Order: sequence, then C-alpha cells, then structure tokens
Amino acid sequence: MSRAALLVLADGRFPAGGHAHSGGAEQAVKAGRITGAASLEDFCRGRLHTTGLVAASLAAAAALGVDAVALDEAADARTPSPALRVAARKLGRQLMRAARATWPSAELDDLARRFPKGAHQPVVLGVAARAAGLGAVDAAHCAAYESVSGPASATVRLLSLDPFEATAVLARLAPESDRVADRAVEAARRVVDGGIDELPAGSAPLLEIGAEVHAAWAVRLFAS
Amino acid sequence: MTVAAGVRALARIVARDDGRGGTSLPVLEGDGPLALRRTRGSGAEARVVLVGAMSGPLGGDHFTVEADVEAGARLRVGSAAATIALPGQSKSEARYDVRLTVADGGELHWLPEQLISARGSDLYVTTRVDVGAAGRLVLREEQVLGRVGEEPGRLSSRIRVGVAGRVVLDQELACGPGAPGGWDGPAGLGGHRAVGQLVVVRPEFAEAPVAARVLGENAAVVPLAGPAALVSAVAADALRLRRQLDEALAALESLD
Amino acid sequence: MHLDHSHDGPSAVSADAHRPDGSRRALRIGLGGPVGSGKTATVAALCRALRDELSLAVVTNDIYTREDAEFLLREAVLPPERITAVETGACPHTAIRDDISANLEAVEDLEDEVGPLDLILVESGGDNLTATFSKGLVDAQIFVIDVAGGDDIPRKGGPGVTTADLLVVNKTDLAPYVGSDLARMAADAKAQRAELPVVFQSLRSEPGVRDVADWVRAQLAAWTA
Repeated sequence: MSRAALLVLADGRFPAGGHAHSGGAEQAVKAGRITGAASLEDFCRGRLHTTGLVAASLAAAAALGVDAVALDEAADARTPSPALRVAARKLGRQLMRAARATWPSAELDDLARRFPKGAHQPVVLGVAARAAGLGAVDAAHCAAYESVSGPASATVRLLSLDPFEATAVLARLAPESDRVADRAVEAARRVVDGGIDELPAGSAPLLEIGAEVHAAWAVRLFAS
Repeated sequence: MTVAAGVRALARIVARDDGRGGTSLPVLEGDGPLALRRTRGSGAEARVVLVGAMSGPLGGDHFTVEADVEAGARLRVGSAAATIALPGQSKSEARYDVRLTVADGGELHWLPEQLISARGSDLYVTTRVDVGAAGRLVLREEQVLGRVGEEPGRLSSRIRVGVAGRVVLDQELACGPGAPGGWDGPAGLGGHRAVGQLVVVRPEFAEAPVAARVLGENAAVVPLAGPAALVSAVAADALRLRRQLDEALAALESLD
Repeated sequence: MHLDHSHDGPSAVSADAHRPDGSRRALRIGLGGPVGSGKTATVAALCRALRDELSLAVVTNDIYTREDAEFLLREAVLPPERITAVETGACPHTAIRDDISANLEAVEDLEDEVGPLDLILVESGGDNLTATFSKGLVDAQIFVIDVAGGDDIPRKGGPGVTTADLLVVNKTDLAPYVGSDLARMAADAKAQRAELPVVFQSLRSEPGVRDVADWVRAQLAAWTA
C-alpha cells in the first residue's frame, strides 16, 4: 500500500471536479449562517458527522468490495435532496474519469459501464481507492476530509476569508475527521456481514433544505 | 439488548379490508403507557388514536408500536397529545420503535403529535416503514427540542422507508447534548428548535414525481429516488413547523 | 477496428480522438481571453457563420453560471439543446485547464444527445491573460483580446497571447476612440508569436467574423483529413 497514492487521491488538485462545488457553503454564506472562521468550523463539523460519515462509510464499503449498485441505492436513500443526488453523481462521473486515467482498472471500467452518467461520488471514491492499491481506511479518510475541505476552500473564495484561518479550521477538525473515518470503517465492515442497512444514515436538515434553495437560484458561483 | 428497570410496552394495530367498503381492526391492542382507541372514521377509513396513559418514555423504557395495513384497508393514526421524552431513574437511553407495513392497495396516514425532547432525556427513536408497490403512505414526524425555553435532551431518530422492497429514504437525525458536534450549527439545525418531515408514498409518483421546490428558506419538498416525496422543514417552534408541514401536505394533496 | 482501444466504457483518456463507438469525435476549439474582449460575441458570430454548413454546439464556462449561455440563447444563435453551461466555482480557468472533467462531460453529453457533431466551441469565462485551455480539453484555442483593453497587451505577452493557435484582436472599430495603435499591436503580436496567426476584427462591420470562421474551417479540414 502506497502512502503517496493516498496523497494523490486526496489532493485538492486531483482533477475530479470538486473545485466547482461548495458543499452547501455558498447557500449558508448567503443565508448568513457562515460569516467567518468560527461558523465555518461549526458548519464543517456538522457536515463531517452527518453526510461526511455517510460518505466515508460508503467509500470504505466500496473499497472493501461491497456491491456498488447496492451502495449507490443506499446513497440515494440517504440523500433526499435531488440537487445533492445530481451533484453526487456528477462528481462521481468526474472522479471516475480522473481515476480511470490515473489508475486503469477493470473494476473502474465495470463501474463506468454500469453508471455511464455517474454513480454517487463516495462509491466511485472507494473503487478508485482499490484501483490505486489503497484500502478502506484510506478511502474513509479521503471522504471524511473532502466533506470539510470543499466547504472550507469555497468559503475562502466566497467570504475572502483568510486562507490561513480556513486551513486552521481543517487542522482543528482533523482529530474528529480521524474518528469519523474509524467509525466509517467499522460500519463498512459490518456491512460486509450484516448488509447495507448497517451503513450510517446521518442527516443535516439545513444542508438538505439549503441545497434545494441553492439549486433554485438563477445566479450562483458554485454548482452545489 | 435488555433494558434494566424500564417499562416495556407494545401496541399493535392490524387494519383489514372488511369486504363491505370499510376497514376493520381485527387487532387493536396496547398496554401500559400505549393505549389505543378507535374513533369515528370517515368512509372506508378506520381511525385510531394513540392515547398516552402516562408520560414517557423515560430513560430505560422501550416502547414499540406496530401497525399493519393489509391490502385494500385504509387506516389513519393520530395521537391525543405530544409525546414527551423525559429523564428516568435509569441512566440508560429510552427506545421508541415504530414498525409500519402497508400492503399493495393499502393506505396509511400516520400523523402523530410532536415528540418533545425534555432536558436530561435520552431517547432513540426508530421508524421503519415498508410499503408495497401499490401502497400509499402519509407519515409525519416532528421533533421539538425542549419544552418552552428548556434545553433539549439527547434525541436520535432514524427513519427508514422502503417501497416495493427498495429503501427510498434512510436518515438519522441526532441532536442534543452528547450528539455528534455541529448538530445545532449552520449545517444542522442552525438554532431552530423544531424539525420535521413528511413522507408521502404514492404509486403515481413513479410516473410523475413531484417537482422539487422550496417553501421559504427553511423547508423544501423533494422527490425521493422512488415513488415517494419528502417534505423537510426546520422552524423556531412546534407551531410554525406544523404550519409549514400542513401547507406542504395541502399542496401535495391538491395534486390529486 | 480499434485494437488499441481496450476500454469499452466511456472514454477514459480525455484527449482521445475517438468516441466509445470508434467514430471520430467533434473538433473542439476553445475561446479564451479577458473579460469583455468579445468572446461571447465572437462565439455568437461563429455560430451564425457556420451553423448552416456544420453541426455544431457550444459549451460556456461562466463565472456566474449560465450568463453567457443565456446570452447565446437569447440571441438564438443555436437551438437551446446545443448550448451547455458548465459551473466553475468562481474559478473559470481551473475548469478549462487544471480540472477539465466537467467540460469533458459537457462535450461528451452534447455529442451523445445532439450529435453527431462536427465542431464544439468551448468558451472560457472571462479571466486573466494567463488562462489557457488544457490540450486534454480542446484541439485548438483562440485567444480574444480587444483594442480597448490597452494596445500594450500583445507586447506584455502571457501564455494566451503567446501560445494560442489564433490570436484575435477584437473591436478594431474602437481603435481611434481609445487611442490604440493597431500597427504597433500587430508588430508586438508578431514578435511574441512568430508564425502563429493573428486576426484583427470588428464584428460591427464587414467582413465581421469571416477570417476567424475561415481559420476554424481550416482547422476542421485538418482534423477530418
């Protein structure tokens, strides 16, 4: 297992489309719920423990080889907002492209064939991790970290927030991100034996509602 | 899991097509804190009210409510008052499990009053609904964090709705002291003290799903990945939440 | 036969000249340049000039989503299903250079949905002088500047001015009003670009976009040769 491969996959510059998504931060900024580093941290913490945990669990389960179609259905059920389902599939398709070019693999080709318009991004992430020679723990860390790094870098652009402050937010959340990744891997192992319902289902009401509010805007900077 | 020193209570309802255009209730049993009462129905629909014979659930209690709506039957269930989760003698969590099935051609309206999480309480609610391919469901759940001006207790609520064997909604909301961080932050409840959902399952939604739309900044109607729609809302208090959900339901029903 | 083509799903390599079914994909031409230099107007004029002879489509990359796409829709230069907007998260240059995945998806979807296509124009959001298109996204790129942006832009250079396959100096009709020296711009561009072509154009007078359209036709002839 290569540590450097994990750095490649987790790099914010990995060309998989994440830069165009704010993870709900754009709507939260406009609604006045994110106004600076402290509220960004609270936003990211809430995201990490809900959709972040779900994403990390899906990614870890996919990395363990759990059936991607079942995981994708589970992701749908855990994503009531259609705007977020569309965003997750778009990002999944973009990650698929980047991963297939980076780590060619029969499993990725097979997933692309089954989901030509994209599977949920965390499911693709887990299969991509396998293709990169990484494991469930790596996939979970990647997904958990992405759940907070996206909104943090978007908020730097949206609020002209001091980038050092935004990065410090991510550093402060690191221990919690580690715990979320651990819980996700435990859940993914339970899925292997106990079935899909073992996946966590944490939800954040204002993320779901806000995603629909955002999707209805005529003018926005970020795709979600 | 064995729960020490708590009350275990079970209420069961079976609704059956009586063959004369109405719905009979061959099973209607509740014990202890979960009493059931049949009230006057309308048309083909049977109505049941869940009557809280004592307050609760308290820490350590485990309540279960089951309702099975058989093919062609129509059942509407409400409750006489809000359910208040309270701290108990036992330090352990309380559980409240709701298990609902709606067969093909059956219809269930599950519209209980709010669940109020009082300070110091610790309750885990699970709601599991299985609807047949041609079944119909309207389910409301509302959580209120604390009585007026009170800090909330710990409340976790997981809802899982399956239609024709496929899970279309699986969500868990965790809030209150001890819940994972950020639950009351800008991604979670953002300081709102009432949160609710309305799940509507109809076979017609398979062909003609509802269009997603927002109802102000704090509520949205969305099509789920299946023949179902969800209304999600947060509000400052129970009254405003109910108004939002009622308006959304009326809008959905006007589609008929 | 494409024996070298081992992937039978959607194309894995972005610059691949073939579609999954083995047919040749559309030529992709990028249009970049600073804000207000006339990229969208040039795209609109190209669509009008070429739409009767070619099957074409447009992808826009806006800073705010859909503004350029909506301009093109209002102008009715193409049917709406042939115009797609990519959302760029406040960084249009990222979407055309560093992370081209959303744009590749957009061009592939256009070929699937309204194809077969001969040509796809990919318009960048207005950005600075350093923004260029990735070779993984486009086969050739046009950089559009205008005389009103300052006649020293060709002299300053930068990746767009220096390396674009075609440099367009737009709004030449404004030169007398803004005091721009077209001869100096041409000399500076020549110095920066050696043999690479430069077109001076005004869309407000004849021949309008003709020279750029001719250049596009020549690119397409080379692509399909």
